[in-house]
Amino acid sequence: MIESYIPIFLILAVAVVFGVVSANMSWLLGPQRPNRAKNSTYESGMEPVRTAHDRFSVKYYMVAVLFILFDIEVVFMYPWAVQYRNLGLYGFVEMVVFIGILLVGFVYVIKKGALQWD
Amino acid sequence: MQQLLQDTLATAPLGVTILLSLVVILLHSFVKNSERAQAMVSVAGLAIAAAAAFWTFPMRGTAFSGMVMTGGYASAMSVLFIAGAALTILLARDYLGKIGADFGEFHILVLLAVTGMMAFASGLDLIVTFIGLEVMSVCLYVLAGMTRGRLEANEASLKYFLLGAFATGFFLYGIALIYGAAGTTNLAAIAQSASARAQDPLFLAGCGLLLVGFAFKVGAVPFHMWVPDVYEGAPSVVTGFMSTAAKASAFAAFMLVFIAKFDIAHGRISLALAMLSVASMVLGNVVAISQTSIKRMLAYSSIAHAGYMLIGLAAGTPAAISGVLFYLLSYLFTNIGAFGVVSIIENEKQENVSIESFAGLGTRRPLLGALMSLFLFSLVGLPPLSGFFGKYYIFYAAIAEGYTWLTIVGVLTSMISIYYYLRVVVVMYFRSDTDATAVPVTTLGTASLLLSAAGVLVFGFFPRLITDIADTLF
Repeated sequence: MIESYIPIFLILAVAVVFGVVSANMSWLLGPQRPNRAKNSTYESGMEPVRTAHDRFSVKYYMVAVLFILFDIEVVFMYPWAVQYRNLGLYGFVEMVVFIGILLVGFVYVIKKGALQWD
Repeated sequence: MQQLLQDTLATAPLGVTILLSLVVILLHSFVKNSERAQAMVSVAGLAIAAAAAFWTFPMRGTAFSGMVMTGGYASAMSVLFIAGAALTILLARDYLGKIGADFGEFHILVLLAVTGMMAFASGLDLIVTFIGLEVMSVCLYVLAGMTRGRLEANEASLKYFLLGAFATGFFLYGIALIYGAAGTTNLAAIAQSASARAQDPLFLAGCGLLLVGFAFKVGAVPFHMWVPDVYEGAPSVVTGFMSTAAKASAFAAFMLVFIAKFDIAHGRISLALAMLSVASMVLGNVVAISQTSIKRMLAYSSIAHAGYMLIGLAAGTPAAISGVLFYLLSYLFTNIGAFGVVSIIENEKQENVSIESFAGLGTRRPLLGALMSLFLFSLVGLPPLSGFFGKYYIFYAAIAEGYTWLTIVGVLTSMISIYYYLRVVVVMYFRSDTDATAVPVTTLGTASLLLSAAGVLVFGFFPRLITDIADTLF
């Protein structure tokens, strides 16, 4: 039983070693010339305006919940699409049922106005 | 394709309930202020689902590559959940309007909870069992906190959710350990190799964690901490639904996994179940005595009743299983009825739930008083009501299996329970009316109470109606 886990332990060890080595190598070998722009949170991204510990609208919560819903839908569809030919009609019917149920939920979300910002 | 059609037909009760909840969601989305219509559609659809359950009863077998059980046990349990949901929806019509929480989502969540319960009680694979458990629990977390403005409801919902999520973690970890030991999540395959693994610590630890998850869901001591607060804070009709249908579903899955069909722990948990049972009966009944709120009292009584049913699980014979099933059915009608009366007595702010507020109810509202007395007598277990036969079958089976000491504890604690149940009857009939608030008459609510009372009486007078069916489940 335990032998079958050896590849997993091996890849775990490789991952740890790779992470530790590459992070430290760039610190050891790379030149270090810090300036103000380099030390900011997103070097070539947005300018940070406030502290992160701030109040934000509860509406983002709704967006996050709906995102998870549709994210999972897509995650579920990928393996199905890859195996579509092997699964045949059976798989197609099952996916139609799944999407149908999700669609009803989507109708509910729209009718409830959950996607309206104000 | 042929197989798919056959499997779908064999799991018709589940399919009909899912379709029904989708229809109600669409109705709720497209037609404004249609709460009453949604309730009627839900009850009518549940009747169809019950018919489907009767129709699939002879189709004993499995469906969807051995993932779900069909016919027999699964159908019988489906009828139980459907009955609980229908009675709850009827009771809720006027109650939700009264407390200002007439949300259409109530019906949707009750229906989805019923689908979860069906999957939970008929899963032949631990993954299906788990999904059923989660679908049921998530709906109940929301239902418990339905009255958003009430602090108690928020507390109930949050407490139920956090502790429930914790128990789910135990459950899932148990499944993971069992999978690690047995290499499968299929119950039949696990059961086959269970006796060979009787000494495997990994497997036994998994079974133990699974046991904790189940004990939490049925509300057995020492995993009962959430019960009083959640039952008190949730709206009364929701509490009635939680304490009966959800508990029945947890017991049904509990028995399927550990005793009735698979016995994956090979009788090794019998003593553990007996201990849980003693703790639940003693703590539930003793603490119920000192309660002043009727909802809290019924919550502790619910813990005690879980203890009585665990006697049957500890005995684990077919006779005991059929006794527990009878008890679940009897408890369903009795407790939905009792919480139904509480929901009618309550005022708009959901106060008025102290035992004192029942003073003079027997003369003020003779019908309500009589019904409440009937439900309380059945909870005590007085013949000829159904509560008596539930206890009788379980105790009888336990003695036959050598659990005489457990039965003695059961009988002694039932004696204690007479005090706090009958105290309510005394307050209703022998205490003068202190609070003259008129209790509004509610037609649908009364109809639901009368149906519950009919269940208590009919199954009390003709217990063989159920026990004959219970013997042919597998």
